[in-house]
Amino acid sequence: MGAIITLSILALLVLYLGLFKANKSLLPVGLVGLLVVIGLLIKDWKIDASPLYNGMILFDHYAIAFSILCTFVTILVFILSKGYFTSSSDHVAEYYTLLLFSLLGAVLVSSYHNLALLFLGIEIMSVALYILVGIRKKDPASNEAAIKYFIMGAFSTGFLLLGITLLYGASGSFDLMMIRDYVTAHPGAISPLFYGGVLLMIIGLTFKVGAAPFHFWTADVYDGAPILITSFMSTVVKVASFAGLLRLFTFSLLPLQDFWTPIFLGIVVLTLFIGNLSALMQSSFKRMLAYSSISHAGYMLFAVIGIGASSANSIFVYGASYSLATVTAFAALILVKRAVGSDHFESFNGLAKKNPYLAAILTIAMLSLAGIPLTAGFIGKFMMFSSVMAQYHIVLLLIAVLNAAIAVYYYLKVVVAMYFRTAEGKTILINANYVILFIVTTVLTILIGVYPNCFMELI
Amino acid sequence: MDNLFLLILTPIIGAIFLSFVCEHTLAKRGALVLSLITLGLTIPFICQFNPEGDFNYEQSYPWITAFGVNFHIGVDGISLPLLVLTNFLVPLIVLTTFKKAFKGNFYALMFFMQSGLMLVFSAMDAFTFYVGWEVALIPIYFICALWGDGDRIRVNLKFFIYTFFGSLLMLVAILYLHQQVATNDFEWHSFVSLDLEASTQRWIFWAFFIAFAIKIPIFPFHTWQPSTYTHAPAAGTMLLAGIMLKMGVYGLMRWLLPVVPEAVAIYGQLAMILCVFAVVYASIIAIQQQDSKRLIAYSSIAHVGLISAGVFTWNVTGMSGAMIQMINHGVSVVGLFFVLDIIQDRTGSRDLRELGGIAKKAPRLAIVFLIIIMGAIGLPLTNGFIGEFLLLKGIYEYSVWFAVFGGLTLILGAVYMLRLYQKTMLGTTSERTAHFVDISGVELYTLIIISAVIIYLGIFPNSLLHISSASVSVLATFLGR
Repeated sequence: MGAIITLSILALLVLYLGLFKANKSLLPVGLVGLLVVIGLLIKDWKIDASPLYNGMILFDHYAIAFSILCTFVTILVFILSKGYFTSSSDHVAEYYTLLLFSLLGAVLVSSYHNLALLFLGIEIMSVALYILVGIRKKDPASNEAAIKYFIMGAFSTGFLLLGITLLYGASGSFDLMMIRDYVTAHPGAISPLFYGGVLLMIIGLTFKVGAAPFHFWTADVYDGAPILITSFMSTVVKVASFAGLLRLFTFSLLPLQDFWTPIFLGIVVLTLFIGNLSALMQSSFKRMLAYSSISHAGYMLFAVIGIGASSANSIFVYGASYSLATVTAFAALILVKRAVGSDHFESFNGLAKKNPYLAAILTIAMLSLAGIPLTAGFIGKFMMFSSVMAQYHIVLLLIAVLNAAIAVYYYLKVVVAMYFRTAEGKTILINANYVILFIVTTVLTILIGVYPNCFMELI
Repeated sequence: MDNLFLLILTPIIGAIFLSFVCEHTLAKRGALVLSLITLGLTIPFICQFNPEGDFNYEQSYPWITAFGVNFHIGVDGISLPLLVLTNFLVPLIVLTTFKKAFKGNFYALMFFMQSGLMLVFSAMDAFTFYVGWEVALIPIYFICALWGDGDRIRVNLKFFIYTFFGSLLMLVAILYLHQQVATNDFEWHSFVSLDLEASTQRWIFWAFFIAFAIKIPIFPFHTWQPSTYTHAPAAGTMLLAGIMLKMGVYGLMRWLLPVVPEAVAIYGQLAMILCVFAVVYASIIAIQQQDSKRLIAYSSIAHVGLISAGVFTWNVTGMSGAMIQMINHGVSVVGLFFVLDIIQDRTGSRDLRELGGIAKKAPRLAIVFLIIIMGAIGLPLTNGFIGEFLLLKGIYEYSVWFAVFGGLTLILGAVYMLRLYQKTMLGTTSERTAHFVDISGVELYTLIIISAVIIYLGIFPNSLLHISSASVSVLATFLGR
């Protein structure tokens, strides 16, 4: 609970530090603040959770786990940001502030207990991002991405809002508990308004997680935004949105499973194929990651289809492993792009010779994204597959298998470039902060992959 | 000293150190020592093995408790020969690389793979099996793609995606079986005691069968194999053909037959047709090959086709034959590829049209090559004889017609193998072979060891058969359950 207050104050503090030109202290203050946030979240773990502030927020294990994950990934992004933002602007404080506000939104989205707060959280999370995506004022791609994201985001918010309104109209409340009570109290006699509301909510939320057919913004926005912002969006925002989505469907709408499962089945199949087949066509590593993030949204939706006691854990582990690998991949991309000047696959050519450690780390990240055993990604995929298997959607699993095989192809493309192709060029140096990040992410990826016990029954 | 887990761990620990060694001499010595240590650690397992049909040396540790995954390993008469084969072939393969300029990272990948293979051959938990299955795949992909030649990148990508797709199908089947197990675990014992409906068994059969068939490879899942074998470095080919394809056959015996017996009873005949067809089909293609490495690659499809057919006969004779022939094929194929590698190193060619007359220049090579070829053809008193005899007898017990077609392997095998020998060793010397230097030192010793094993197993096949017989009989009891 203290986490939200600390986060808000921290964001303002960082903004003021920027105002007083204390640019050097921004990063340390931000990091310390985030560590305090994590500490406060951990402290809340043992408390018996009950809804706070008139039932607006519920800080149960679910919310805390996802908040910690989001905060942790933000810390990773912060570590990368040292020296990154200064190259594009003098006003560095705004970056940190906006990232922190966006994180605040993410925390709210994973801990809401009232649809009004879900809306508020999503807006806080997104508005900060609209700015961050377009923060390179003179870069047309960045501007285009920002406009696209803003317009599409506004649309989706409209759907979400209308959905919330309809749910309110039918059930008479914004509160998740009350909505659930309404659903369970009127089996078979639920107002058509309510179904309409659920549909609109699905549209709004699948937009946020970047699932097909509402994925069109993803590739362009991810591509146009600065790499660091992309890595934040594709990890923190995605994980938090999934946490929000799953909470709504497990907590309130579970009895309507028969209604929304077929819809999600369709969405998943579309998402998997569109994400993977588009990723297959890309020649840019960054765009490939953008499309692959769509396909990962498809896998994460498995937890919603196979909804059950372990769904929350599945999304948590999947989100964690996906975030670790994605941040690593984007960090490697930053280094390579800085040295070679392009984000195409060719710029990775011969990286194994130029910097064998970076190549090895990126390989592990790619294997994790592809879901090879002994990496975290495999455990995530394994949990997803088994949660769907519990509902016997075997055809869906076979589709997923086909897609996983497609995905291996494009993940290995970068490995092939690094190890089996050669290119001229000087060695790529890694700064100390990148080294720290790579050690943390790689060790965690392998640790979760080899001994996932402690993560699997967390929530 | 019969800690199975420690045995599996040894190569990995060594590999981590080896991966930092950049100097070739040090790397190859280190690799040889490490592989010999692993082989040495295997000896107690052979000596103290109790071939009663039960699992020996069982170890089980809770791994992922939330899913009921246990790190459960153990060996019985079906796994032990393959475990020994792995640990016996790895030092030999290390020896074959002594004249190449490999660094420590090459050997490290090899040892990672060795651990994965041992895990596959000893896993009694489906999850552990799957992990080993994939862990063995990654290093061989890198070995083949990094040190291969020609169109290696595309070829290996195809190989990787093929096998990965198969593995995922297997994963789906494993997950399904896991759902059916009342005790919420992945144990082999739980899987085989499941009472599955016929319709369920059918699709599980295909999920497992495709995964294993790709690896073996059984026709028509073999299309990745000839190019991958051809473009891989010699050591990689030996690992693939000598050990890795046995993973598939082992998978059939350990996970397919006992888990879905009814489906095997239904589709077994179809599988047999595919296997026997592959024997004839691959043999005919092998006869026409000019690239000697490709010839052996196709001959390998033919041989494993017969081995798989032996498995699907599901009688004790056929399966015993498959067991012994897996070992024989492993030993022979490593010898064959090594000889071809020596020839290629000396002459710069593996095209049969450009070779010939090597026997005059290198009598020692010619003799060992002859022994290996005789083993591969199945001449009496070589290891191949008893294997093919048992296999064909088993297939005969199953059905006469299959035996008739399977038996063609004897004739066709002799044709392409003798053609290989004739085109390389006999005849007149060509430009490339005129200054051929005979083998000596490491090369000679390696080939002598291989020849000795071929003759030893040919004369005393029972030393191997008695290990597997009880377990094979147990496996046969699953039939018609």
